Amino acid sequence: MQELERVGQGSVRVTRKSDKLVIVEKDLATEQMVLAMGPQHPSTHGVLKLECLTDGEVITEAIPCLGYLHRCFEKCCENVDYPAVVPYTDRLDYLSAMNSEFAYAIAVEKLLDIEIPRRVEFIRVIVAELNRIASHLVAIGTYGIDLGAFTPFLFCFRDREIILGLLEWASGARMLYNYIWIGGLAYDVPADFLKRLREFITYFRPKAVELQSLLTENEIFLKRTRGIGIMPADVAINYGWSGPMLRGSGVKWDLRRNDPYSIYPELDFKVVVPDGKLSVVGDCLSRHLVRALEMEESLRIIEQCIDKMPTSEGFNPRSAIPKRIRPKAGEVYSRAENPRGELGFYIESDGKSTKPVRCKARSSCFVNLSAMKDLSKGQLIPDLVAIIGSIDIVLGEVDR
Amino acid sequence: MSTTPLSQFSIPLLMGNNLNGWSEALVGFNLLGLPLGLVILAAIPLVFIALYSLTYGVYGERKISAFMQDRLGPMEVGKWGLLQTIADILKLLQKEDIVPTSADKFLFVIGPGILFVGSFLAYAVLPFSPAFIGASLNVGLFFAIGIVAIEVVGILAAGWGSNNKWSLYGAVRSVAQIVSYEIPAAIALLCGAMMAGTLDMQKINILQSGSYGFAHFFLFHSPIAWIPFLIYFIASLAEVNRAPFDIPEAESELVAGYFTEYSGMKFAVIFLAEYGSMFMVSAIISVVFLGGWNSPLPNLGSLALNTWTNGPIWGVLWMISKGFFFIFVQMWLRWTLPRLRVDQLMYLCWKVLTPFAFISFVLTAIWEIYVP
Amino acid sequence: MEEGKIVSQSLRESTAAYMIIQERFGSAVAPLDPNETMPFFEVTDSSRWVEIALFMRDNPKLKFNYMACLSGVDYPAEEKVGIVCNFQSLAMLNHTLAVKVKCDRNGGCIPSVSRVWHTANWHEREAYDLFGIIFTGHPELKRILCPDDWEGYPLRKDYKVQASYHGIKVPY
Repeated sequence: MQELERVGQGSVRVTRKSDKLVIVEKDLATEQMVLAMGPQHPSTHGVLKLECLTDGEVITEAIPCLGYLHRCFEKCCENVDYPAVVPYTDRLDYLSAMNSEFAYAIAVEKLLDIEIPRRVEFIRVIVAELNRIASHLVAIGTYGIDLGAFTPFLFCFRDREIILGLLEWASGARMLYNYIWIGGLAYDVPADFLKRLREFITYFRPKAVELQSLLTENEIFLKRTRGIGIMPADVAINYGWSGPMLRGSGVKWDLRRNDPYSIYPELDFKVVVPDGKLSVVGDCLSRHLVRALEMEESLRIIEQCIDKMPTSEGFNPRSAIPKRIRPKAGEVYSRAENPRGELGFYIESDGKSTKPVRCKARSSCFVNLSAMKDLSKGQLIPDLVAIIGSIDIVLGEVDR
Repeated sequence: MSTTPLSQFSIPLLMGNNLNGWSEALVGFNLLGLPLGLVILAAIPLVFIALYSLTYGVYGERKISAFMQDRLGPMEVGKWGLLQTIADILKLLQKEDIVPTSADKFLFVIGPGILFVGSFLAYAVLPFSPAFIGASLNVGLFFAIGIVAIEVVGILAAGWGSNNKWSLYGAVRSVAQIVSYEIPAAIALLCGAMMAGTLDMQKINILQSGSYGFAHFFLFHSPIAWIPFLIYFIASLAEVNRAPFDIPEAESELVAGYFTEYSGMKFAVIFLAEYGSMFMVSAIISVVFLGGWNSPLPNLGSLALNTWTNGPIWGVLWMISKGFFFIFVQMWLRWTLPRLRVDQLMYLCWKVLTPFAFISFVLTAIWEIYVP
Repeated sequence: MEEGKIVSQSLRESTAAYMIIQERFGSAVAPLDPNETMPFFEVTDSSRWVEIALFMRDNPKLKFNYMACLSGVDYPAEEKVGIVCNFQSLAMLNHTLAVKVKCDRNGGCIPSVSRVWHTANWHEREAYDLFGIIFTGHPELKRILCPDDWEGYPLRKDYKVQASYHGIKVPY
């Protein structure tokens, strides 16, 4: 005697008297599986968690869950004086701390309406661009790891170590510098700094080419990234993408050029956008290429800065720093081009207090990551990893 | 065999050509009715695997990867970090052997065992020297190809038994990969077998010996032999889950694939199996295409390099160094190339390697019939 | 000062953009605050905020296609909370403008513009998380940075941290 029972989508379960269960595999019912990718996963670049709904290897939906590194940066800012926020900004995007400090310093200086010595501006641009190269090196190296290529990662870290050494020489710290202060710098650069900087540039140029030959000339690397995670330009703008992500979608937009700050208008550099020869515009490979080619532009900027820089005679890096930083009442939204995109600071001052009433960091990673849900739909798990890697998130900045 | 003074000198050390006779005598040695001799004989390759994976497998891979990546590798434990692997083994021995609560205990425990046995069984038919082969089967090559499939069972047991989604993904990927790549691999080896006209590993080796050294190797027999050689090399990378086909254990995607949940000695056994099968495929490719224990050096007139460098002991040296060379290439590739995607891997297998394997099969057949 | 000239140029552009909005919506928007650092206007009738947003995005003379930032702000003196949005017409007209929308501190709500700019989606969730601003019409309004069962809205000026969270003492 048999009992027929319909289970799920058309599969039939036949139960026999002898307690033996037989599933007739006709139109076998399949279920979607929830896969928690992270927070302890090697390729989510920190503590991001992606809740993936998977159908076999295909992702039907991936929902990013944030907040594992949330330190309430903004609440901290409201409780300390303006200069004391600088170390906190270091800890936003810890891979490009100089750029974060730079962005914050510009924002407060706009509120204060003060003028900065020219040499300070040059040093700021030099250290920011150095940090940009270091940050891009980490991005490119970890992207290699995401795709299974280990060696480029260590090549990147070898060269990044030299940059960190230079920045440590200037500021005294390896990663979290507290070097760019509101209205000035903590210290002038050491005596032989520019000489060593030139040596680094001559050393690094061929190394960058070698790095490119390891990745972008590798057929497997191209196969894994070309045409994956394509983001059209208008959607990218609507999502608020910025930096290499937006340029990867073919929009020629760089805040250093389009909303210039500091001495960038005087410098000659190219805004890198993919030409669509090697990559499909807007895919993972384009974003990778933008980062790889931007390093060369940063080197050019540094070279120009070294040439144009005023001498250190009678230079005091702290000369323009106000005795008491208390901006007049008002609001400012100021932004700077970080390695990962637009880092904006919205600061509100009431004119009475030496603490900001509201200090919001518009983090580029946070905004770039918000497109994850759309980008990941219908991708394979390995492609999802490739896409996360190409977004290049730093969770310190996402979660703040 | 040769009668040069050098070879004669080496014969007494390994009891020369009588080694097989010696081992057969050992098989008959039953202490108190227990087949002790058989156990000792079976342990010889095991000892070799253990030594090799300790020294060359783990330490070598670390050092090779380090030199490729512009760093030093292990340097602290012992001179040049030579004792690092011993320290690691001690660490692994002391580690708690965790079996997850929700795991299927039977499958979880038996998985690494099957895996290890699968990679180890093929050593039985590997000819390490003219005088030593574990089991001189007349279907040796066929056995070596077939026995690899046992590993699939072990991987599936480990992945399913772990009750972890990442392990499951790894296991399913691995099974799909190994089963698929066995087809081009087997056809490519069949080309070699066709050139030899036998499946006996020892006979395949003997057919490739001669006074011109490497010129007698099947790889240089015909230009066509390069195709199955390359096909088998690529497919063997996939069969032992090495980069660029390491998708079953893709660290950046699947955490660690089918062995995510393993710790302690079970983890070590899985690694031992991996290094074991790395040597196994390298040895098979050297036997079939590169003359196995034959010396590659040719006799140049009175300079009888080939004659001097052949013999039971030299055979072991050549066999192992050829195997190690291919392992070195495997490591070299691993530290250079990114990883393929699942579908690209299958594309490569079914749409590139398999058709080319068939073509080379037909071409080899034509060559063997019409070219003397 | 040359830099000052550049800034006032952008202020002129912002004013021109504001005039177009003001012309269309009249009393729904307050007058522009023409400061140099961040020219902004306030939406007085918050129920028309989505309409204004769509107008700002799609009008060929405005084309604010890029929402740079959306920050929640607490105004305890006015008993209100609000958002400050910074817009730019990226790669098109390149002018910038900021908009403020406010609502009651308790139980007030602001219409969501997450369907107008995708950027707003996560930023509004963040403002909800940290300020307790309800965005009506938001596709998934839940906490984003704090845990789902966190109590209170941390960035409000009168926020008191909860005593314990799942048995863990919070203030230290």
